[in-house]
Amino acid sequence: MKRRSAENQEAEAPQEMLLRGDGVMSDGEDTDLSDSEESQYSGLEDSGSDSSEDEDGGKAPQETKDLVTGGSNEYEQDSSDEEDIRNTVGNIPMEWYKDFPHIGYDLDGKKIFKPLRDKDQLEEFLDKMENPDYWRTVHDKKTSQDIKLTDEQVDLVDRLQRGQFGDVKFDPYEPSVDFFTHETMIHPVTNRPADKKSFIPSLIEKEKVSKLVHAIKMGWIRPRKPRDDTPTYYDLWAQEDPNAILGRHKMHVPAPKLRLPGHEESYNPPPEYLMTEEEKLAWEQQDPEDRKLTFLPKQHTSLRIVPAYSRFIHERFERCLDLYLCPRQRKMRVNVDPEDLIPKLPKPRDLQPFPTTQSMVYCGHTDLVRCISICPSGQWIVSGSDDSTLRFWEVCTGRCMKTVHLDGAIKSVSWNLNPSMVLVAACVERSVVILNPGLGDRLLCSSTDQYIEGYQPPEEQNQQPVTWVVAEGADYEQGLRLRIHHEKAVKQVTWHGRGDYFAVVLPDNGNAQVLIHQLSRRRSQNPFRKSKGLVQRVQFHPTRPFFFVATQRSVRVYNLLKQELTKKLLANCKWISSIAIHPAGDNLIYGSYDSKLAWFDMDLSTKPYKVLRHHKKALRAVAFHRQYPLFASGSDDGSVIVCHGMVYNDLLQNPLIVPVKVLRGHEITRDLGVLDVIFHPTQPWVFSSGADATIRLYT
Amino acid sequence: MGGLEKKKYESGAATNYITRNKARKKLQLSLADFRRLCILKGIYPHEPKHKKKVNKGSTAPRTFYLLKDIKFLLHEPIVGKFREYKVFVRRLRKAYGKQEWDAVERIKDGKPTYKLDHIIKERYPTFIDAVRDLDDALSMCFLFATFPRTGKCHVQTIQLCRRLSVEFLNYVVASRSLRKVFLSIKGIYYQTDILGQTVTWITPYAFSHDHPTDVDYRVMATFTEFYTTLLGFVNFRLYQTLNLQYPPKLDSRSEAELKVEDEEKYALESETYMEKLAALSASLSRVIPSEPEEEAEVDEFPADLENSGFEEERKKQQQEEEKHKTLFVGLKFFLNREVPREALAFVIRSFGGQASWDSSVGIGATYDSSDTSITHHIVDRPTVEPQIINRYYVQPQWVFDSVNARMLLPVEDYFPGVLLPPHLSPFVVEKEGDYIPPEKQRLLALQRGERIANEEDEDDDDDDDEEEEEEEDDDDDEEEQEDESEKKVQKTHGQKKLNVKVTAGTVKVEDKVRAAEREKNEEKRLAIMMMKKKEKYLYNKIMFGKKRKVKEANKLALKRKAHDDASKSERKGKKSKKQ
Repeated sequence: MKRRSAENQEAEAPQEMLLRGDGVMSDGEDTDLSDSEESQYSGLEDSGSDSSEDEDGGKAPQETKDLVTGGSNEYEQDSSDEEDIRNTVGNIPMEWYKDFPHIGYDLDGKKIFKPLRDKDQLEEFLDKMENPDYWRTVHDKKTSQDIKLTDEQVDLVDRLQRGQFGDVKFDPYEPSVDFFTHETMIHPVTNRPADKKSFIPSLIEKEKVSKLVHAIKMGWIRPRKPRDDTPTYYDLWAQEDPNAILGRHKMHVPAPKLRLPGHEESYNPPPEYLMTEEEKLAWEQQDPEDRKLTFLPKQHTSLRIVPAYSRFIHERFERCLDLYLCPRQRKMRVNVDPEDLIPKLPKPRDLQPFPTTQSMVYCGHTDLVRCISICPSGQWIVSGSDDSTLRFWEVCTGRCMKTVHLDGAIKSVSWNLNPSMVLVAACVERSVVILNPGLGDRLLCSSTDQYIEGYQPPEEQNQQPVTWVVAEGADYEQGLRLRIHHEKAVKQVTWHGRGDYFAVVLPDNGNAQVLIHQLSRRRSQNPFRKSKGLVQRVQFHPTRPFFFVATQRSVRVYNLLKQELTKKLLANCKWISSIAIHPAGDNLIYGSYDSKLAWFDMDLSTKPYKVLRHHKKALRAVAFHRQYPLFASGSDDGSVIVCHGMVYNDLLQNPLIVPVKVLRGHEITRDLGVLDVIFHPTQPWVFSSGADATIRLYT
Repeated sequence: MGGLEKKKYESGAATNYITRNKARKKLQLSLADFRRLCILKGIYPHEPKHKKKVNKGSTAPRTFYLLKDIKFLLHEPIVGKFREYKVFVRRLRKAYGKQEWDAVERIKDGKPTYKLDHIIKERYPTFIDAVRDLDDALSMCFLFATFPRTGKCHVQTIQLCRRLSVEFLNYVVASRSLRKVFLSIKGIYYQTDILGQTVTWITPYAFSHDHPTDVDYRVMATFTEFYTTLLGFVNFRLYQTLNLQYPPKLDSRSEAELKVEDEEKYALESETYMEKLAALSASLSRVIPSEPEEEAEVDEFPADLENSGFEEERKKQQQEEEKHKTLFVGLKFFLNREVPREALAFVIRSFGGQASWDSSVGIGATYDSSDTSITHHIVDRPTVEPQIINRYYVQPQWVFDSVNARMLLPVEDYFPGVLLPPHLSPFVVEKEGDYIPPEKQRLLALQRGERIANEEDEDDDDDDDEEEEEEEDDDDDEEEQEDESEKKVQKTHGQKKLNVKVTAGTVKVEDKVRAAEREKNEEKRLAIMMMKKKEKYLYNKIMFGKKRKVKEANKLALKRKAHDDASKSERKGKKSKKQ
């Protein structure tokens, strides 16, 4: 396409030129030429807008024709005598007329015949040799005629070949005519005389000016702003009124002043304020917000070598930002002496007696001692251990009086509280054994044996959830008297105060988690129809017919006579581990695995009266003293904490709870510390058994 | 349950606060204008007590202004001036665009200006309020006064700042109210006592600034605009209290002294007077030309028995202060050319001394170095070649340390080329249990009038520190000891089987004091166990802070000890080498 358009341009140039030439030269008589002109234009326009393939072919003949007609002597060819040999076949390949005698038709519709004989090569050659005008002869294919170009035409071709304008007279470097000149002319465009009003002063303007003048005279308007005469600085507080404080100043929070610099900011600080290499590194790695100092302390030996501080402007700017962007708030600083926060408690010395020192260690067990119990007289102590032995100790000497080997780890042991009987109940796996230790008064021992042997089985045997078996043989020699087989493992056994009933806990036994056995009638019963959660511990009320059942998160109190729930105490903990009841029966403590000890005043509320977080780890056991206002708790952190817990007869006065002693001694083995804690029935002594296979006595 | 349902966030805290954007919309101001207004009027955001309530349940971080503050801004006449200024700028731009130069001139002539007088009166209803809040104003003015005259802000502002700061310095010199000076690595801190208010400011060291790019100078300029106005009024009032002329004029006598033949050498004619003032070497003229009257003596009241001690103490304090004010009276200083002239001249003059420098250094020199009456020559170069007898050659730190110590320190430590003693911050007030650097202890001893040989003193100090540390550790040790004893008991039990052998026991002396202390500690521990959760938390927090403080003090003491040991051994090594 590019090439084509270039050609077109080439072709256009002469045509234009020709036109111009025509326009100048002829004053329009020649109809013929105008005709050709039109055709030319149309052709031009076609070539401009349309890009059909044939255009090239169609143009060539026209051009040639123009060349022919464009000569200086146009009328020569147009003369009437000479035949007009223009072919009218149009823009077709001429070989179509190859087989005809004619090659087309002229304007009158007559055939144009081919020349009689075509020139052969020889003739052509001869022509070339002889004809001096051969070089300017052009063969017209359409009419099969040779046309001799005139001088002008040759000249034109020559110029076009050289890339010049076709028209000789055309001057491409004509000076440009500045039609719209930039120069201002002195004369007006129009010669209209000036208006009259331009000579006469305007009345309207006059009116306006006079108005302004009047206003100025009257001082209504001032042409210039008056100069402010007040000095820039004067005594602003000449009449100061300290009471004239705006209302908003009540809420005003004055900006805190910047902190005054310390020794470390000095240009020559004491050497201890300089940073060591590690501190410097740490300082650099910190975020700029986290840094305690905003700069690195540096030592300069003299004042003249102190450089400028590069962040000076920054710091001023930050102060500005703080002043207007930082939200302010009044913060009340706690200005208390920490000593004042410590509650004023009665001195432990005034609350004596309580155990203070470890005075006895009972060694002999080989595995952790899970449970201990003391006889009502306070002379003997029994301990059950994971090494499947039950040991009886004399309290005062620490001597192991008796060892009973049983067939499994002992989970719980309990001494009968009836002073007229010497009986111990112990949980071994799925059974509870009742044994007579044979310690103390012989008469008592024998009467106990008689009591057990004197049992008369009833007439009609009713269905029992457990089986009572009388011990014989080797077992009897060891002191075992009865064995009660249960369906599931037994976790705890506890005696009623009278010594006839005892309760057991079987955690896996469905809805019969708690069973109450009667020794005299060898009868067992399940007091609860439905299970209300996983039972942890049970306890009889020391004096009244109440029964305490500790489930995971609550303690239920049942009236055994009325057979109803009297109270449900909500423990504020995750998992109760142990409970103990105050000898008066109105207060209760529990220990939990989330290291809390809570005191319930059952008359006060069903929520804990006080929660103590003394221990660092889970509590395993809690115990009340039967006579003294003491209670103790043993925990996995290996400590026993003895507290003074005074309950007053006056109902209006709340119990006084004061921790009095932290007893340490048990070593922590396998993450277990103290496993059981009991008090001596009469003395202010506390026993604790631990995972380190020892029992300790603190007096 | 009658009545309408109460809607949330239509009363109470939510209605007392307004967010910044809402405030801006209410005032119909652009953010930049709002910022300006807040800076000038001293309005700042408040942190509500219950952020969620104020934020209408959302916890998005927002800044809240008090609605009352914003309502108070609505009546501010300056807001109208801001709008006028906006119109002015628009008109001017249009005139420039149309190239109507006379219109430009005319519009420029009517440039709206505003005054901040009423704002200052409103923000500081009494003069004392203004003095109390002078810290930031002074720091900013002193910073702006050191800016170059090109670039960051208007030249007029810089000149004004310079003028005001020089006026203020002159006031401090005239009133002798300078109290403390501190050379920090950031700049020089000055603390003055003006009408009973402590005013502290910082000036940068005299170097050109490396202007940071991340600082918005427009904010700083707005602050400076306010601060210059404030400082101007405060200066005026302060000069009035001293019966000085404002704007300050040099005393006619001293002016004649300062007259130099070729003043053009130093500064332009317009600046000469300013420079003379800035040199601080001459006293100012007073409104009533008279000698400074004696300060009003406090009348003697018949001494009550109760108050007599207090009264006496106050009197003593006043005497001390008076002594401090006249610390350099009668001393003649000569400043060498390498020392910071302005700072030193200011400090010396504010304590009654005379200062001069080489006349080629700056204007205002009153005597030259050959003057025989010079008592102290301040030098900051390793050696001074031709030393003149009957004057001390000291490093500049001596001046500052003496001011902070409220007494003329012995000059031996400050001779040229000598390793200077550390420069301590005068602003640190050590409380019980804080670490006190040994230099400070020595200084306190000096102030008490004791004079102890250096080396021994140091050693004693160290020992004291160690003892303290031991005492602190004691508490922890006790528990351990108990545990150990228990362990021992166990061990003996374990060995029971082996050999039964009775050895004569030794009498264990029971330390009664120690036992009592132990009992007390245990009591405390038990009581702590009984604390409520909330109080226990607070208690633990306080104790943690205390422990950290002790730890930091110990760390510093240890560091110091290590450093002293190292330097001592180094000295010994040197000595042995010499031998």
